[in-house]
Amino acid sequence: MDSAKRLGRRLLPQFIALALILALIWMVFPAFFSLEMQNGRLYGSLIDVLNRGAPVALLAVGMTVVIATKGIDLSVGAVMAICGAVAAASSVRGDPLVLTLALAIGTGLICGLWNGFLVAVLNIQPIIATLVLMVAGRGIAQLVTEGAILTFNDPGLIYIGSGSFAFLPMPVITWLVFGIAVAVLLRRTALGMLIEAIGINRRASTLSGIQTPVLLMAAYMLSGFCAALAGLIVTADIKGADANNAGLWLELDAILAVVVGGTSLLGGRFSIIASLVGAMIIQAINTGILLSGFPRNST
Amino acid sequence: MGLDPERLAILRFLWRISVAVRKLRMTYVFLKAGTMQTHSENILAASGIVKTFPGAIALNAVDFALRRGEVHALLGENGAGKSTLIKCMTGAYRRDSGGLMLDGIEIDPRDTLDAQKLGIGTVYQEVNLLGNLSVAENIFLGRQPRRFGLVHTSEMNRRAKALLSEYGIDINVSSALESYSVAIQQVVAIARAVDLSGKVLILDEPTASLDAQEVEMLFRIVRGLKEKGLGIVFITHFLEQVYDLSDRITVLRNGRLVGTRDTASLPRRELVTMMLGHELLAAEKDVRQTETQAGPVHFRFSNYGKTGSIKPFDLEVRKGEVVGIAGLLGSGRTETAELLFGIEKADSGTAEISGKPANLSSPRAAIANRFGFCPEDRKTDGIIGDLSVRENIALALQARQGWARPLSQAQQNALADHYITALDIRTSDREKPIRLLSGGNQQKAILARWLATNPEFLILDEPTRGIDVGAHAEIIRLIEDLCAKGLSLVVISSELEELVAYSSRILVLRDRAHVAELNGAEITTDNIVSAIAASGISKGAA
Repeated sequence: MDSAKRLGRRLLPQFIALALILALIWMVFPAFFSLEMQNGRLYGSLIDVLNRGAPVALLAVGMTVVIATKGIDLSVGAVMAICGAVAAASSVRGDPLVLTLALAIGTGLICGLWNGFLVAVLNIQPIIATLVLMVAGRGIAQLVTEGAILTFNDPGLIYIGSGSFAFLPMPVITWLVFGIAVAVLLRRTALGMLIEAIGINRRASTLSGIQTPVLLMAAYMLSGFCAALAGLIVTADIKGADANNAGLWLELDAILAVVVGGTSLLGGRFSIIASLVGAMIIQAINTGILLSGFPRNST
Repeated sequence: MGLDPERLAILRFLWRISVAVRKLRMTYVFLKAGTMQTHSENILAASGIVKTFPGAIALNAVDFALRRGEVHALLGENGAGKSTLIKCMTGAYRRDSGGLMLDGIEIDPRDTLDAQKLGIGTVYQEVNLLGNLSVAENIFLGRQPRRFGLVHTSEMNRRAKALLSEYGIDINVSSALESYSVAIQQVVAIARAVDLSGKVLILDEPTASLDAQEVEMLFRIVRGLKEKGLGIVFITHFLEQVYDLSDRITVLRNGRLVGTRDTASLPRRELVTMMLGHELLAAEKDVRQTETQAGPVHFRFSNYGKTGSIKPFDLEVRKGEVVGIAGLLGSGRTETAELLFGIEKADSGTAEISGKPANLSSPRAAIANRFGFCPEDRKTDGIIGDLSVRENIALALQARQGWARPLSQAQQNALADHYITALDIRTSDREKPIRLLSGGNQQKAILARWLATNPEFLILDEPTRGIDVGAHAEIIRLIEDLCAKGLSLVVISSELEELVAYSSRILVLRDRAHVAELNGAEITTDNIVSAIAASGISKGAA
């Protein structure tokens, strides 16, 4: 009860911002809130916002935890491309869906492990450490796809990007379930507090007996995992792996979502739910601008 | 818009007036300086400087006078107020009250740049120049000689070379500064400071990272500057160097002036007393501590040491015993604590707990052996500022339990409430971020963090530093209570009276080595001071 009230007060500014933006879009585009049911799935601009915002929302989950440790992960966009490429290549080879997913997510975890190793063990500044993979990652993705856009037509994999479940598109279900699961995991265990402690004062945390390197690596691995999920969704959505454009600049959107969600870039106190709302705020603005329909060559 | 010739003329006229006014003002200041200069014997005089920080008085009415052509050592333990005084003089801090006179003129430097222009230059222990620029660029940074609006590099190099040759140093001034040794970098920093400021030079622990020959070179240069009539403030914690170089000594303690004396007439023993003790009220030991020594040795460190950090030492601690560690700043006190707690790994010797070898290779390993450590620097090593008092208290216990077994909110609340009452931590509620608490209460919360883990061996590094008198007495009472409960404590403190009051044994450190152990009736502030000051005499024997 008490904690619910605290969460409400924490999220109030984000919800007010979201409401204002939705109201603004509604004034320009009155049909914004209309929903209709087709083929057992809801359609409408609102659903569009939730659906298109899925990659950023997923990235924001991992990014929140990394930023809470006083770090940053610039590589998520490139990791999305790598994981998408790995999934597409695996699908093209004819691997079963489970193996494809495992390979993609395993790749994301390895990328996270690499970042975590640079940050936690070699003590490289996070912004530099993750820049390595940001720059090199697209090259790796190109290697996997051998320079082409790998297309596939495994219906199982495509379902992740454009299927629907319980009247909602799959990506919406994915980020909602995953985001809330991570938030609950961090708050029901002591992980959340320990991560905040590391972000606020790493040395004092180590002196208190916290396994700082292990937790830091875990944070970057979570970010890699999120990037893998986002990469799968983007790849499945277009039924092909585009090493050059999948997840391009999405790391910046994810960081923005975390900041809009009110988590300080200096580390410490964080809220995953707030970051998810932040991601939706960004997507609502994007969709709103498109819907208000200014042709590019007008004015 | 074309240029209106009439308007242009007016602008030019106004510009000339402003230039003239500025020149007049400069002349006035110089004339004033000229007339006053002859009267003042002191080049820099601070009187009644007060500087307060939230919750603490850093400087309490401190007087300091620097004569022309003297080297004046400024001494005091950590937290005595040396650096605060320096920062008030160099403009890094604004003083709350008190006067500052340079060459007989009242000054109030707004920032360090202002102070440098006025004539007060500072050289810090870590040379704060730009290692990737050339030596010449460093010396003339921000005031490079120019030609046609561009930097006149050859002129700059020529002048830099000439400047450095005055100090007897002949190096390639166009190489990067970082390609030279720290000693040379120090000299470059001094050359820059003297060239830029030229009246007062403040050397803040300049010798801390130099070897003996480099120190000698530096001292030669400092003596040369002294001959030229500069006033030099010298901060160090090497007493030998103080006696080697300085003419007068000012000692600060707890933000107050203890006194200014001529070096020649101040015996080393008396200096140590000034730095550490109030008066040598021979605080005699009572008999009670001798009783506790009966128990068997529980923690035994033999030949424990780390190269370059602290020489190997033996330490035995019984249950319910307080072992005090005394020594001056830089004598290896904190290094000893860091070694015991596994922050630094020992490279020689063994640690045993009740006869069995123990692994103390990291703080986590030490905590697994029921160790606890309250660090000297609460802010950087102790508190997690933004977390609540509750979370800070629960942290070490939670870290030991592992993330998968969280302390429930109710357990954390109970823990926090218990220690807030037991240690009398003054906070409006347990959810307050710990950084908002006063120093003494933060210290108690850190202590609570360790007590919550139910430790057997607790290391307290300067538990009473920087906290007010009331909290001070409470922490001492806590230490006595803990040892009565059978905890083993190692307490490091520069407050000798305190150590004498609660220690059953005292180890004395000097020059990164354990040099003496005082037992029972030997424990007096007098004996500690003697052991610290014994220095040069016993060096050959030891």
